[in-house]
Amino acid sequence: MTEAILVWSVGIAQAMLVIAMACNTYRLIRGPRAQDRVLCVDALYVSAMLLVLTFGIRTGSSLYFEGALVIAVIGFVSSVALSKFLMRGEVIE
Amino acid sequence: MTHVEALPTWAALATAVLVLIGAALTLIGAIGTLRFGTFFERVHAPTLGTSWGTGSIALASIIFFSVLESRPVVHEVLIGVFITVTTPVTLMLLARAALYRERAEGSTRVPPHSVVRRARHLGAGEESGNDAP
Repeated sequence: MTEAILVWSVGIAQAMLVIAMACNTYRLIRGPRAQDRVLCVDALYVSAMLLVLTFGIRTGSSLYFEGALVIAVIGFVSSVALSKFLMRGEVIE
Repeated sequence: MTHVEALPTWAALATAVLVLIGAALTLIGAIGTLRFGTFFERVHAPTLGTSWGTGSIALASIIFFSVLESRPVVHEVLIGVFITVTTPVTLMLLARAALYRERAEGSTRVPPHSVVRRARHLGAGEESGNDAP
């Protein structure tokens, strides 16, 4: 009973997160300007991090938590660097 | 998923509901990035996923591992706090960069810098006028 509940809910949640990543990727490819693409990279890494967290719930292993934390940190740094580049034309002045 | 047989039903239900809420909010935010027309509308959409999407899935993970290992496991709070703190920083930097780029191209869809400055000046004048006897 509990196994069925968890398998189905986590499976549906993973499908929703994958669809969200697909929407973000579509906007990333089609986005008319550079700022749209940077915004979608930001949304894409958040969805990927949530997907890794649901994999952790699915397998019962807490190793996935470290992966999600690393994705969050690296995604933040890359988004800030890209925004800074759009603003100033250089990342480190 | 043989590891979940020891899990009580209430914990499984709570985990399931929270995971579904978080994923649905993230999906709604992603659809928002598709359907909004301009960048300045679009910049609001992903914050659904970064506020309650992340919070809900992290809470589900906390409940799941705490009940499974029968000890408090709260390290997912780190992810929640980190995402909550960093998302406004990123999006404000990005929105300012986009505004700067639109103004530099002479776009008419954003207010030019002189209008903003005059509005600030008028607001300051009114305030000082009220203060004066």
